[in-house]
Amino acid sequence: MPEARIIPIDRRGDAAAPTRAARRTPTAVEPAPEEVVDVAPPADWERKIASALAFLRRRLTGDYPIDDFGFDPDFADNVLMAAVRPLFEKYFRVEARGLEHVPATGGALLVANHSGTVPLDAIGAALPLLDQHPAHRHLRMLGADLVFSLPVVAPLARKAGHTLACNADAERLLTAGELVGVWPEGFKGVGKPFSERYKLQRFGRGGFVSAALRTGVPIIPCSIVGAEEIYPMIGNIKPLARLLGLPYVPITPTFPLLGPLGLLPLPSKWLIEYGEPIETAHLGSAAADDPMLVFNLTDQVRETIQQTLYKLLMQRRSVFF
Amino acid sequence: MSGRRILVTGVSRQLGGRLAAMLEADPSVEKVIGVDTVPPQGDLGRIEFVRADIRNPLIAKVIATSEVDTVVHMSVVATPLTVGGRSAMKEINVIGTMQLLAACQKSASVRKLVVKSTTAVYGSSPKDPALFTEDMEPRAIPRSGYAKDSVEVEGYVRGFGRRRPDVVLSLLRFTNFIGPTVDTPLTRYFALPVVPTVLGFDPRLQFIHEDDGLEVLRLATMTDRPGIVNVGGDGVLLLSQAIRRAGHVPFPILSPLVQSVGQVLRRAGMVDFSPEQMRFLQHGRVADTTKLRERFGFTPRYSTLEAFDHFIAARTLNTVLTPERIAGIEDAVLDTLERRRTVHA
Repeated sequence: MPEARIIPIDRRGDAAAPTRAARRTPTAVEPAPEEVVDVAPPADWERKIASALAFLRRRLTGDYPIDDFGFDPDFADNVLMAAVRPLFEKYFRVEARGLEHVPATGGALLVANHSGTVPLDAIGAALPLLDQHPAHRHLRMLGADLVFSLPVVAPLARKAGHTLACNADAERLLTAGELVGVWPEGFKGVGKPFSERYKLQRFGRGGFVSAALRTGVPIIPCSIVGAEEIYPMIGNIKPLARLLGLPYVPITPTFPLLGPLGLLPLPSKWLIEYGEPIETAHLGSAAADDPMLVFNLTDQVRETIQQTLYKLLMQRRSVFF
Repeated sequence: MSGRRILVTGVSRQLGGRLAAMLEADPSVEKVIGVDTVPPQGDLGRIEFVRADIRNPLIAKVIATSEVDTVVHMSVVATPLTVGGRSAMKEINVIGTMQLLAACQKSASVRKLVVKSTTAVYGSSPKDPALFTEDMEPRAIPRSGYAKDSVEVEGYVRGFGRRRPDVVLSLLRFTNFIGPTVDTPLTRYFALPVVPTVLGFDPRLQFIHEDDGLEVLRLATMTDRPGIVNVGGDGVLLLSQAIRRAGHVPFPILSPLVQSVGQVLRRAGMVDFSPEQMRFLQHGRVADTTKLRERFGFTPRYSTLEAFDHFIAARTLNTVLTPERIAGIEDAVLDTLERRRTVHA
C-alpha cells in the first residue's frame, strides 16, 4: 500500500534501518551494515529533491487527502502558496500587524476591505496567517460564484480551501473550527474607481454577521492598505463587461495600453492590520434573527475597518515605501 | 400474523435483483414479488417474477391480489440506451411512477413505500453550496435526462405522501454507486484508459459502495425509517485524483467540445453520458450525510475513497501508471543520489 511507505530523507545515525526496497517488501534481504555506515549525510539539495519526488509521487498516484470542500493542503502549501509568496513578500513587502488577535484554534470570521481590481488582497491577507501566525492557520475564504464558474480558477480555489459565499458553507466551516475570510463589499469593492480608494462600499446584507452569530465565533476586522494602488482603475469598459458576463473590464494607466505588460501590478507597499476580535458568543444564536442587531453589528465592523484604514494611511510614508 | 409481502420494481437490473435476493433470505419475509419489463438476467430463486410494465394498470392488480404491504420502487432508469431512447426512458420513469403510486394509493394493504432516488435532483452548478443537505433546493434545477425525471418522480412521491399519510415513506437520495460489481456509465467512464475530462475543471465526487447502498435499501424496507435522506460515503474524491488512483491518464477537453466528445463515446457504446452528467463532470456534487448517520441510523462501512479503491482493486483496468512503477522511479533516483554519496565517502 502506498500509504504505508516512508520516505527516508534524513538517515543520519540510523545505520540499522532497512533500505527502501526492504521497507516495501519485508522478504528482502537485509543489507550488509558497512554499506550503510559509509553513506555521507544527504546534502540539503538532495533532501529537497527527495521531498519534491515524494510530492510528485503523491500527486501522480492520487495519494493525498482532501476535505469535503475539496481543500488539498498538500497542494495549497507546496504549490499555490509557494508560487505567490515572493510576490507578496518581496514585491508588495506585506507588513502584518495584530496577528495576536487571530485565535490559534477554533472558528473565527475575518472580515476585510476589498480593493485592487484583481482580488490579490485576499491572498495577501491569507499569507501572513499561514507563515507568521504561531498556529500557521489556513484562511478559508468565501468567494463569489464567478470564481467557481471560471475554468482553472474554480478548481484552484477549491484546492486552496475556498468555497462559495453562502451562509450554509460559512456556517459549516465555522462550526468545524476553521478561520473563515469574507470580503463583504464583493465586486463593488474590488472594482471601484481609483478616485474612491479606501472608501468602504456597502457591506452586503450582513449575511456574514448572521453566520458569525449563529455559530458564536468572533469577528476579526481586517484592514488592508496598499492593495488599492496595484491596478488603479481609471475606467471601465462596460459593454465588453456585459458581453463577457464579467462585473467590469478595467482600464488602468497601463492596461490595456501596454498590453500584457499592463498586467504587472504596481509595487505598492502593503500594511495589513488584524484588529481586535468582536465577540458574538454572548449574544446567542437567536440574535441572528434580530435584523436590528445584525445591522448594528455590521456597521460596527465596517466603521472599525474604515477607521483603521485612515489610521494606517496616516502612518504610511508613501504609496511605494 | 403472516410474513411481509414485498414488491420490488426494477428487479431485472443488478441492484434490484440483489436487493430482492437479500429480502427473500430474510425469515420474516413471506413473499418477494419482482417486477420488470424485461426478464431477469440470472436465477431469481424463490422470488416471484412478474413481467409487467409499471406503465400500465396491470401493476395495480399485482399489488391487490398479492396483498403487498411494502413497495420498493427502484426502476427509475438513468441510461436511455438500455430502454430504447429518451422518450421511452421518460415514460418508464415518470408515467411508470405515476401508475405505481396510483396503485399504491388505492391499495388497502400497502403500508410502506421505499423510493430509490438520486442526489442528481440537486443539480450541479457553480452556485452550489459545498454540501447539499436534504432540505436544500437545487440552485440550478436539472432540465434534462435522469435528473429531471428524478425531480418529477420525487414530486409525485411527495404528493402521494400527502394523500396517504398513513404510509411510511422513505425517499433515499443516493450518490453514485460504485463497487466491484456495479456497471453504470460512471464505472465505464473510469474504465477508459484515457479519461476525458473538462479542461480547467476538477469536480468533487462522492460515491456509495454497492454493499452499503443495498444495506440502506434493506434497512428502509425491513424497518420503519421515514423521511428524505442522502445516502453517500464519507469524504470526497477529486475527479483528477480518482483518475490517478485508477492508474489512468486524464484527457482534458475544451468545454465547448465536451458535448460532441460525449456524443461520440455514446455512439460507440462506451459511455452513455447525458448532458447533465457532463455538467456533473464540470462542477461535481457532494451531499451531506449527517442525517443518514444520525437520524436514519446507518454509517457506511466504506468511505468514498475506500469504495473507489475497492472498485479499482476488483477490476483489471488497463492501468498505465501503477503506484509501484512510480515508486520504482522515485527509488531509482534516490538510490543514484545515495550511491553518489557513498563513493564520495
